[in-house]
Amino acid sequence: MAEEVILLDFWPSPFGMRAKIALREKGVDFDLREEDLSNKSPLLLQTNPVHKKIPVLIHNGKPVCESLVIVQYIDETWGPESPLLPSDPHERARARFWADFMDKKISLGRVVRAPTEEAREAAKEENIQCLKMLEGELGDKAYFGGERFGYVDVSLIPIHSRFYALETLANFNIWEECPKLAAWAKRCMQRESVAKSLPDPHKVYDYMLARTKKLQVQ
Amino acid sequence: MAEEVMLLDFWPSPFGMRVRIALREKGVDFDLREEDLSNKSPLLLEMNPVHKQIPVLVHSGKPVSESLVMVQYIDETWGGRSPLLPSDPYERARARFWADYVDKKVRLGRMVWLSTGEAQEAAKEEYIECLKVLEGELGDKAYFGGERFGYVDVSLIPFYSWFYSLEESANFSIAEECPKLVAWAERCMQRESVAKSLPDQYKVHNFLLELKKKLQAQ
Repeated sequence: MAEEVILLDFWPSPFGMRAKIALREKGVDFDLREEDLSNKSPLLLQTNPVHKKIPVLIHNGKPVCESLVIVQYIDETWGPESPLLPSDPHERARARFWADFMDKKISLGRVVRAPTEEAREAAKEENIQCLKMLEGELGDKAYFGGERFGYVDVSLIPIHSRFYALETLANFNIWEECPKLAAWAKRCMQRESVAKSLPDPHKVYDYMLARTKKLQVQ
Repeated sequence: MAEEVMLLDFWPSPFGMRVRIALREKGVDFDLREEDLSNKSPLLLEMNPVHKQIPVLVHSGKPVSESLVMVQYIDETWGGRSPLLPSDPYERARARFWADYVDKKVRLGRMVWLSTGEAQEAAKEEYIECLKVLEGELGDKAYFGGERFGYVDVSLIPFYSWFYSLEESANFSIAEECPKLVAWAERCMQRESVAKSLPDQYKVHNFLLELKKKLQAQ
């Protein structure tokens, strides 16, 4: 039976990008379906009734939700010869810890949505502190796991899609204080899986600008 | 070299309880070290510099932080005996999804005991909703994964030790609202690993009353 892999997605979502990168790293053919989040499809509501959010991976009819759960599922299902998670339990725990860290602590949206200049500066500072911690973890390695592109890289690189938008809209250069992360981001962007999965930065800018205007109008 | 396993912990923490249960399920001997969170030990600050929080597992000198990362680490390191995660990738993804759901909703419980009046009523309604969603996922199974005690059970059961306090605080009965869930909890409590790892509910209640006074005084 031919394998059916569908990804319910929304192109600006960094969470969706994680799933796309992982699928492409593994060379999996998938049917990419764009959702209109203001008018969610019956399929989305049926496959993610709990959160009603993208991304959702549907593999032979069975749904997997939550981006990091999806990435681990992809890693465990396809391409054992190119694993995203390391094999050593302590290194795996470390990778999971840092992916969890970025989800808990990084919120670039708060910079854009900040209602006052003061709140914006505070949000920027908090994000910078967290990015510095990530940079400390990267150190002088090519990727977070060492020589090979892996789980933490997949989890973090999607924020690079917002680089241009943040710099232009909020005067926030996310990599300015983190030169090693800037170099790492460039390195990741050279991978086909990443270049294909991250949208055009100008498109992201247009999207974020429209959303900011929408917020201001309310 | 004898394996050194240390757990930096704080007795009322449901996150600490998860790790205690997992270690005990695996029959791992460990040195349980109670932290005073108002005066964190140098060891804690050294082993978890990022979050400075318990629980932290220190295995042969190497730290692992974040309770669900720790439970997976324990499952992978002391693999043979009573696996907590299923072997099938789809079932694993499902288990991870539901443990993540528990983590996303934890703050609701906190709001129930911390707030008053209308805010508390609203928090209570939301909290009951979440418990009902979990109860729906459990269905008529003995445990979340089926016949065997596993990852989702470990993730959720610690919060049972807080039920009494929440009920007293917001004047409701969780057993009335979610009888299957409470039956599941009592089933889990019959396991030695769980009974040993959860503190007495009245002790928890007194602790939360004291904490509430402290927080309100601030």
